[in-house]
Amino acid sequence: MRQVTLTVNGRRRTAEVEDRDLLVDLLREKLRLTGTHIGCDTSQCGACTVLLDGAAVKSCSLFAAQAEGAKVTTIEGMAKGDTLHPIQQAFHEEHGLQCGFCTPGMVMLLHEFLRRNPDPTEHEVRAALSGNMCRCTGYQNIVASALHAAQTLRGEG
Amino acid sequence: MIPAAFTYHAPRSLRDAVRLLRAYEGDARVVSGGMSLIPAMKLRLVQPEHLIDIGRLGELDYVRRTEEGGVAIGAGATYRSIEKSRTVAAVAPMLVETVRQVGDIQVRNRGTLCGSAAHADPAADAPATLLALDATFHTTGGPTRRAIQARRFFVDAYETVLGPTEVLTEIRIPKQPAHTGSTYLKFANKASRFAIVGVAAAVTVDRRGVCSRARIAVTGAGPCAVRATVSERYLTGRQMSEEAIAAAASRASRGMEFIEDVHGSEEYREHLTRVITQRALAEATQRAGA
Repeated sequence: MRQVTLTVNGRRRTAEVEDRDLLVDLLREKLRLTGTHIGCDTSQCGACTVLLDGAAVKSCSLFAAQAEGAKVTTIEGMAKGDTLHPIQQAFHEEHGLQCGFCTPGMVMLLHEFLRRNPDPTEHEVRAALSGNMCRCTGYQNIVASALHAAQTLRGEG
Repeated sequence: MIPAAFTYHAPRSLRDAVRLLRAYEGDARVVSGGMSLIPAMKLRLVQPEHLIDIGRLGELDYVRRTEEGGVAIGAGATYRSIEKSRTVAAVAPMLVETVRQVGDIQVRNRGTLCGSAAHADPAADAPATLLALDATFHTTGGPTRRAIQARRFFVDAYETVLGPTEVLTEIRIPKQPAHTGSTYLKFANKASRFAIVGVAAAVTVDRRGVCSRARIAVTGAGPCAVRATVSERYLTGRQMSEEAIAAAASRASRGMEFIEDVHGSEEYREHLTRVITQRALAEATQRAGA
C-alpha cells in the first residue's frame, strides 16, 4: 500500500491505495465521492471524466498513484452550496439528462471545453462530446445544454 | 477491471527511469500517458511487474523547434500540447491534422505521441504520419543512444526495435521541402475511431507540376504501419495528374501485408488502402499548390 495525497475539490486529501488502484477507485471507494461514475471501465464512455490539474481525463484510465500532488475536480466540486454551476443549471433547464448516469462526465468534459472554446458551434460541441456516451437522450438536449451553458458563462444568459 | 499487481515507480529524472528499467529488465514497462497501456493492463493483456512513469518528468515535456528548422517532441508531450503548438503547425501541419483525429479530448489530454509510437498499435494514427514525415526516433538506455529512422522503427504488431531497457525520449520531424502538400486521411472504426485503414501522404511538386518527392504510409491495414514504396517510386519524377494519382494508388497495396479481423477481411483492407491512398494523394497534391 502507498499513501497518495492530492487536492480534491479544493480540499487536501490523503488515502491509502494499492499501486494498481485507479483514480476512480480512490475517488469512489476511499473518498466516497460517488458522483464520478464507472460506465464501460475501458476508457470509452467518459462517465468517469474528472478534471486533473484542469484537464478533462478519464479517471478509469489513470492510476491513483499518478495523481499524487495533483488538483482533482469532480462533479461534487461544481455547485456552490445550493447554487448549481451554470453547466449543471443548463442541463436542468434544457432537460439534458434522463437517467443521469453519463451526466457527471458530460459536465466535467464541458467544463474544460467551454473554457477553451467559450463560443462553440453546435458541430464543435458534438465533436467535443465524442468521448462521452449517452444511451438515453440521443444527445439533442445535451448539445442544447452545452450551448445554453456557453451563453450563460459568456454572461449573455 | 483490476490489473494484475505491480509496483509503481515515479522516477525523478530520465536517468533514474533508465536505472530502474535496467534493474528490472524484462519485468518493467514504461508509461507516459498510459492511454494504450493502462487499458491493456486492465484487460490483463499486459502484466508488467514494474511500471515506470516518465509522464511527469518536466525534462521530457516539450515541443520545440530544432536548429535545422524541424521540430523535436519530447516523450512527455501530450497530443493536446502538439495540437496547440504553433511550431508543429508550421513545420508539420499533417501532424496536427493527425493528432486531432486521435481518440477524444480526454485521451488527447493524457496520451503522448512518443507513447503511441513505442506502443505500436497496428491501428494507431501517428505511425503512418511519422513515417511519411521521415521522423527520427531518439532513444536512451540501450548500449548506445540511438537515432532510428521511422522506416526502421516499426517491426510488427505492438513491436518496435526498442530494446528492453531502451526509452524513446524524443521524436524529431525534419523541415519538409518547399512546395510539399500533405494530409492524413483515415477510414475509422465508427465506435473506437481507430483506423481500419489510415493513409498519410506528403508530396512535393515542382513548378512544372512534376512530383519530385512522395511519401506515402499506411496504418491499420497490416501488422504495423509501412511505407507504400511502390506508389512512391511510381509518382516520383512523374507529371502530377488525376491519372498519375490513380495509377500510383492502384499500386499502394503491392508488397504489403494485410490483417483480417472483426472489422474487415484482408481483401477489404487492401481495397481501402488503394481508395484512401488515392484520396490522400489528391488532397496532398492540391495542398502542394499543384
